[in-house]
Amino acid sequence: MNIVVCIKRVPATDSRIKVGADGTSIDDSQLEWIISPYDEFAVEAALQMKEAAGEGEVTVMTMGPAESTKELRTCLAMGCDKAVLLTDPDSGTRDAHTTAHALAKAIQGLSPDLVLCGKVAVDRDQGQVGSLLGGILDMPCITEIKALSITDGKATVERAGDSGTTETWTVSLPAVLTTTKGLNEPRYAGLKGIMAAKKKPIDEQEAQLGEAALTIKSLELPPPRREGRIIGEGPEAVTELVRLLREEAKIL
Amino acid sequence: MAGDILVVAEHQAGTVKRPSLEALTCAAGLAGSLGGSVVALLAGDGADQAASACGQHGAARVLTLDVDISDTTAWASAVAGVASHESPSLVLFSQSNRGKDLAPRVAALLGLPLASDCTNISADGGALVARRPVFAGKALVNVTATGTMLATLRPNAVSASVNPAAGETSAAEITAPTRGLGAVLAEIVAAASEKVELTEAPIVVSGGRGMKEAENFHLIEDLATALGGAVGASRAVVDAGWRPHAEQVGQTGKTVSPQLYIAVAISGAIQHLAGMRTSNYIVAINKDAEAPIFKVADYGIVGDAFEVVPRLIEAVKELKAHA
Ligand SMILES: Cc1cc2nc3c(=O)[nH]c(=O)nc-3n(C[C@H](O)[C@H](O)[C@H](O)COP(=O)(O)OP(=O)(O)OC[C@H]3O[C@@H](n4cnc5c(N)ncnc54)[C@H](O)[C@@H]3O)c2cc1C
Ligand SMILES: Nc1ncnc2c1ncn2[C@@H]1O[C@H](COP(=O)(O)O)[C@@H](O)[C@H]1O
Repeated sequence: MNIVVCIKRVPATDSRIKVGADGTSIDDSQLEWIISPYDEFAVEAALQMKEAAGEGEVTVMTMGPAESTKELRTCLAMGCDKAVLLTDPDSGTRDAHTTAHALAKAIQGLSPDLVLCGKVAVDRDQGQVGSLLGGILDMPCITEIKALSITDGKATVERAGDSGTTETWTVSLPAVLTTTKGLNEPRYAGLKGIMAAKKKPIDEQEAQLGEAALTIKSLELPPPRREGRIIGEGPEAVTELVRLLREEAKIL
Repeated sequence: MAGDILVVAEHQAGTVKRPSLEALTCAAGLAGSLGGSVVALLAGDGADQAASACGQHGAARVLTLDVDISDTTAWASAVAGVASHESPSLVLFSQSNRGKDLAPRVAALLGLPLASDCTNISADGGALVARRPVFAGKALVNVTATGTMLATLRPNAVSASVNPAAGETSAAEITAPTRGLGAVLAEIVAAASEKVELTEAPIVVSGGRGMKEAENFHLIEDLATALGGAVGASRAVVDAGWRPHAEQVGQTGKTVSPQLYIAVAISGAIQHLAGMRTSNYIVAINKDAEAPIFKVADYGIVGDAFEVVPRLIEAVKELKAHA
C-alpha cells in the first residue's frame, strides 16, 4: 500500500488576522503555524492503514514555503516514511485549482494507491483540493469521510449525507479521500519518532505552478459587528428578548 | 452563451431548496449586468415540479437532467456536459452539503476555477468578482477570474425573492453523457428524525459545556423545534460525546450564517466565533456576564440556562400559537 497524504501549513486557529501591506495577503510576521487540523486526521488514517496492512509506505507532501519542513518533520515523527516539499513561498494565497495541479504533478510520479487530504485547509477555507485531485488524477473521490477500512483493493468509507443521514461508499483504488473529524484521534509524535524523523528524507523541489486561475483583488477585514448588548438578567429578560426579536430583528 | 448564468439547483421531491432559491435570486440580480439570462439546471426525481419555482426566482429557462444524483461523480459529469454546451459566464451552486461536494468535481472536469462559499458575487465591468470569507471569517477576500468561473453561494448570504415579472417557465429535458468513477453508494442510514441541515437553517440554537450533560440538550432541541431551527454545539460538547460532530459549530466544525443564532451556555472562544459570527442576529444566554460571547451578541441575557431557556421555549410556543 502506497499512500500520499497532503498537508498544509496554516496559521494557528486562534491567530489574529491582519491585512498585509500589499492589501491582498495577510501580515504573517507574527503568526504561529500549525498543520491544518483536518490534515492530521489524514496523516493518522494513512499510518493506521499502513500498520493494518503490515507493509507499505506513507509519503507526506506539502506545497509551501521552506519553513514547511517543520510541519513535514512532525508528520515524519508521527510515522510517515518520507516527505515531499514543493516549494512555493506564496502557497497561502494560491487558488485551489493552481494548488491541485501542482500537487497532482508531483503525486503522479509516485503512483499511489490512496491519496488522503483534509476536507478543508483552514486558511483559505476552499474545501476543494481533494475533489480537484480526484478529477485531475482521474480517481474516484469521497469527501469528508468519518470511517475508513480497506479490503481487497477497495476502500469502504462512511460520510454524513443530507439531513442527518450516514452514507456508506465503496471505492476501488486508487482513490482520493478527504478526512473530517471523527475518523480517528491523531497521535502525538514521541521522542523516538522525533529522533527517527531526523534521518528520514525530505525531497525538496520547486512547485510547478501554472497561471493563477483566480486573482485576489483585495483582502479586507470584515465590517465590525454591532456592539454586543446585554438586555437583561434571568428569565424575566425573556419578554424583552422576544419583543426585540419580533420588532427589531423581525425574526419571530 | 456568454453572459448567462447556469444555476445548478437542488430540490427535495420537487420542492426547490431554499439555498438554491437564494442562488437563483443572486444570479437574477447579476445576469442583467452580464448581459445574459439565468438558466436553471435540475436533476433527479421530481425535477419537473421544481421548474416553476426556479422560474419565479429568476430563471429564464429551466433544464432538467435525468441522472442518478446519489452518485456525485455521475451528476458532476452531466453538469459539466451541460455547462460545456451552454457556455455560460458563471456556473453557480449553493454551498450546501451536496453543492460543496459537487462543485469542485465539475470544476475539475471543466478545468475552470471555483470560488467556494461566496457571500456575494458582483460584476466589475465584464469580470466577475466573488467575495468569500477566509480564515474562518476573520477576513474577506475578493477574487476575480479572467474567463468563466464557478462559484458556490453560502446559504443565508442572500435572501431569496420572487421576481414579480416572471412568467410561467416550463422545463426542457436534456441529456448529457455521465461517467461514474468506480465509487458505489452501498447504503444510506437515515437519522432517527429528519433534521434541518445545520448550515442551511435560518435559525440555529447551539448548546455549550454549561449544559452540563447530554440529557439536558432536550432543552436546546425543544427550543430549536419551537423556532423551526437546527441544533448546534460547541466543540467542548462534541468532545465530551454529548452531541455528534456533525453539529459542531466553529473553526473545526461547521460555519453557519443563519438569520438568528442562539448560543446557550457557550463561552464564545475565538474558534467558536469563527463558525457563527456572520450570523445576522446573535442571542447569548450565559450566567457569566464576562463571557466573550456577549461581545458579539445583539441580545444577551445574563442568567442560568436552565431557568431562561424553558421560559423562552414557552414564550415562543405561545407566540406561534397566536400567529
Ligand atoms: C485548533 C482548535 C480548534 C477548535 N475548534 C473549535 C470549534 O470548531 N468549535 C468550538 O466551539 N470550539 C472549538 N475549539 C475549542 C474552543 O477553544 C473552546 O474550548 C470551546 O468552544 C469551549 O466550548 P464551550 O463554550 O461550550 O465551553 P466553555 O468554554 O467551558 O464555556 C461554558 C460556558 O457555559 C457557561 N455556563 C455554565 N453553566 C451555565 C448555566 N447553568 N447557564 C448559563 N451558562 C452557563 C459558562 O459561564 C461558560 O461561559 C477549538 C480549539 C482549538 C485549539
Ligand atoms: N499547499 C498545499 N499543500 C499540500 N496540500 C494541500 C495544500 N493546499 C491544500 N491541500 C490539501 O487539500 C485539502 C483541502 O484544501 P483546500 O481545498 O485548500 O481547502 C487540505 O486539507 C490539504 O490536505
